Amino acid sequence: MNTRKAGLTVAARQRSAETDPASSPKPPAPGLQDTAPGDPARIPAPVAEGRGRGRVLRGVARVAGELLITIGIVLGLFVAWDLWGTNLSANATQAQAVRDFTRGLDAPLSPKAALKGDYGPAPATAAPTGIGEVFGVAYIPRLGATYSRPLVQGTSQAQLDTLGLGHYPATQMPGQPGNFAVAGHRQTHGAVLDNIDTLVPGDRIYIQTRQGYYTYVFRNSEIVTPDHTAVVLPVPDHPGAQPTESLLTMTSCNPKFGDWQRFIAYSVLESWQPLDAGPPAEIAAIVAANEGKG
Amino acid sequence: MYGWIFRHLPGPLWARIFTSVILVAAALGALVTWAFPWMAQFTPFSGTTLDGQ
Repeated sequence: MNTRKAGLTVAARQRSAETDPASSPKPPAPGLQDTAPGDPARIPAPVAEGRGRGRVLRGVARVAGELLITIGIVLGLFVAWDLWGTNLSANATQAQAVRDFTRGLDAPLSPKAALKGDYGPAPATAAPTGIGEVFGVAYIPRLGATYSRPLVQGTSQAQLDTLGLGHYPATQMPGQPGNFAVAGHRQTHGAVLDNIDTLVPGDRIYIQTRQGYYTYVFRNSEIVTPDHTAVVLPVPDHPGAQPTESLLTMTSCNPKFGDWQRFIAYSVLESWQPLDAGPPAEIAAIVAANEGKG
Repeated sequence: MYGWIFRHLPGPLWARIFTSVILVAAALGALVTWAFPWMAQFTPFSGTTLDGQ
């Protein structure tokens, strides 16, 4: 409405300047000016102004403006969907996967004091038979009081966008000497490793598989470029070296909202206990809560 | 554009408002189902793994 009025006013002012240089610079309301007596050629002006090139230009400008506003709204919705919406569906899928896995184990939910002790060297978890198989659950109390995420075989989008922590298939499994390496999103799709930078050396990370609970201790982290694939070697940064310890390596985006670096967190296997012994005390509440849900 | 669409919807005002809501909902559904997942590949949030893995 405003643009149309303004257009008319300008046109009227120009016309009055051409035909009547002595007229007041302040134009009267459009429509009155256009029908000045004694000039029949100007009479149809109000209607004529709405036609022709000016009208087409206004139409084009209006459609272009509406499209630009639409694009802005769509981009805003996309950001909300990507940073927030994808977490809702991924969190639900992952919680369900954790539940399905732990229920299938049929293991005790509370620590069994009678079975407490040293269980000797950790057995290796059997390698998953295929990409996409959920083979365990990761519990990281530092990343949240109820933090539990499924461990899935494979690190392509199909796994990381839905099931959380993806195991690099070329790396070792928990309990094996070498490197159990997993990747997870820092943002979107559950933001599985959002707070990976808050880990403090000494923090416990618990990996539950069909073989038992593996307790890892966070050792150190580093930030590398994505081409630095040596971090997932059996002995990180030492190609060909014979591994003597079992590592857990987690990789994620760095910085938090960027992808030009990778945040690498190393943990060392400390101890192991069978499923029959119940969960380690620190995560007993999470394990019980997960199975109790829905 | 949107004014033109609204004027060309059939029925009385309440029917056109109802149809508009349906159309907006359909557009949102299409965005979430197809457009947004496609757009996500251009965001810098997908690079969690190492090259070639």
